[in-house]
Amino acid sequence: MAAPADVKLAYLADHAAFLREDVGPKFVRVIREAAIASFAARGFPTLKDEDWKYTNVSSLARQTFRRSGRVTGVSRESLAPFALPEAIELVFVNGHLEPSLGSRHPVLEGIEVGSLMAAADEEPEEVQKQLGKHASFAQHPFVALNTAFWHDGAYLHVPANEVLERPLHLLFLSAPGGEPTVSHPRNLLVLEPQSQATVIETYAGIGEDPSFTNAVTEVVVGEGAHLERYKVQRETERAHHLGTTQYVQGRDAQITDHSVSFGGALVRSDVNAAFAAQGGSLTLNGLFSAGGGQFVDNHTKIDHAHPHGTSAELYKGILDGRARGVFHGNVLVRAGAAKTNARQTNRNILLSTEARMDSIPGLEIHHNDVKCTHGSSIGRVDEQAVFYLRSRGIDEVTAKSLLVFAFTSELLAAMKVTAVRDRVARLLMERLPNAEGIREVQ
Amino acid sequence: MLEIRGLRARVGDLEILKGVDLTVHAGEVHAIMGPNGSGKSTLAGVLAGRPTYEVIGGNVLYDGKDLLAMRPEVRAREGVFLAFQYPVEIPGVSNAYFLKSALNSIRRHRGESELDSADFVTWVEAKRNLLGLDDAVMRRGVNEGFSGGEKKRNEIFQMAVLEPRLAILDETDSGLDIDALRVVADGVNAMRSPARAILVITHYQRLLNHIVPDRVHVLSGGRIVRSGDKALALELEQKGYAGLGAAGA
Repeated sequence: MAAPADVKLAYLADHAAFLREDVGPKFVRVIREAAIASFAARGFPTLKDEDWKYTNVSSLARQTFRRSGRVTGVSRESLAPFALPEAIELVFVNGHLEPSLGSRHPVLEGIEVGSLMAAADEEPEEVQKQLGKHASFAQHPFVALNTAFWHDGAYLHVPANEVLERPLHLLFLSAPGGEPTVSHPRNLLVLEPQSQATVIETYAGIGEDPSFTNAVTEVVVGEGAHLERYKVQRETERAHHLGTTQYVQGRDAQITDHSVSFGGALVRSDVNAAFAAQGGSLTLNGLFSAGGGQFVDNHTKIDHAHPHGTSAELYKGILDGRARGVFHGNVLVRAGAAKTNARQTNRNILLSTEARMDSIPGLEIHHNDVKCTHGSSIGRVDEQAVFYLRSRGIDEVTAKSLLVFAFTSELLAAMKVTAVRDRVARLLMERLPNAEGIREVQ
Repeated sequence: MLEIRGLRARVGDLEILKGVDLTVHAGEVHAIMGPNGSGKSTLAGVLAGRPTYEVIGGNVLYDGKDLLAMRPEVRAREGVFLAFQYPVEIPGVSNAYFLKSALNSIRRHRGESELDSADFVTWVEAKRNLLGLDDAVMRRGVNEGFSGGEKKRNEIFQMAVLEPRLAILDETDSGLDIDALRVVADGVNAMRSPARAILVITHYQRLLNHIVPDRVHVLSGGRIVRSGDKALALELEQKGYAGLGAAGA
């Protein structure tokens, strides 16, 4: 274990080396330098920072993760548990795009799907308009590291009035090889006005070694556009995952975000959304399940800056073993954001006496003519319901698993991509005893 | 079928059942009446195995077996059914899934083959219609957003599907209007059979006009203080529990 100051210096030194490599066109380099300067000034967050009060990142700040290189030997067969063959699929292994592993369905002419680094080289103006403009590296040290070090990620551009016919699946695989490695996936999704797309990000891992994935996705949803997005984090027990999603929502745009996390050594997810014009509807659904000594932290920020915006947020957590969970939600309704309708809910079930959850919902309202509610609960499996099920012949273990699974059902039901929903459902069941008895619950 | 001997039970430090004796034979319908707080629901809960209650004395034989030694789910599989006074809402679990799981766990216990979805639909359809529940109710969460009457009808529907040998109805009539009461009573009467015993727990005589009992017992202060035939229910209606010397009336 090293001192955080030394690890910080190692990142700074590595960045100087990184910049000597082929790391993108000039505008990208300029952003990288600004970002590393921001990280140099601020360093790793500590528990004294309000946004990091419950998130102990010392396992990241005291350990050097080497930038992960390309690995060979990952086969399409080994990706089968994570792949979505019916989707347009881009596969990144340790942050490097591996075109041979993806399943590429044709897309309509005009829709761009591919490597962000390639897009930055080929269409610098389009990318420059958005890259780094939304996810603030000044506010978030790990966004700063990502912005400084990102190697690749996905770029999606859907022109006005176009529809991406198939879901786009971005699969990020961590395959650490013998030493702790880090990758910094960076995605940019741009939906022009009145366009529509479904995007799934899966973060998965193989192997036993510790890994660190530090991902940032910037999403620009234009006027009247529709986006359905999934992020499924299902890395290994020894994975560290820091992830930030930043939405910018145009007038009357519709965004549904499903954030699913199955935990890791340290998982911190930030989902931020800013209403950039009036109207629009934002749904943030979150589902996390952690056991053993896992840690999962979900931060969300919704910024209602314009009138007539609607946001509905529902996060649910299941914590077993000695797992710890955090929900920290913030809804800001700015002066002038009249007729805002915001609902924020966080519900949690603790399955063991040692599991712990900190839930901090928050509303900050600066306009009178709005409708805002929030609620939070931390409880155990309802014993009345357990007895009701037992009284009908269902054994106690199955009854409890059934109730925990049922707790997630409204979030699963909201997932329109059935292949993702079924996979998330199966992962949930795998964590519950006697789960073979609880299929077809709905 | 059911022999209760000197049954005593408590919740925390409060002793509620203070020595209940009751014998019910197959084919019989027994009514247990009594004022609020007399121990009616406790008796129902103890028989079904509700963990809130601690049995501190006596014993219960069900078909000659020690009922109190069985886990609640085993009692259910052995044919004991409790219609809840307050059925529990379970959002996210459909009525169909719930009932099919319950039925199949009972069938497995009996060594019978499990029903698949198609067989299950056939199995429940006539029973569902009898209780006046439409098909949509099967897809809804268990009791989720049900009216009081729907919840009670759903209990009797479950009883019809699971075909228990000993059915205990805990104040199934409370809160029902006369139409719902008739539907529930018809459902129960359709279940009467020489192989089945039914224990009807109620605060009101009204239900017993529709489900005519073979025996009526008055529970008061944690003991059965009087037993008789159906005329006892009418006497109670006229005199009230106080007129029968029941405490707490």
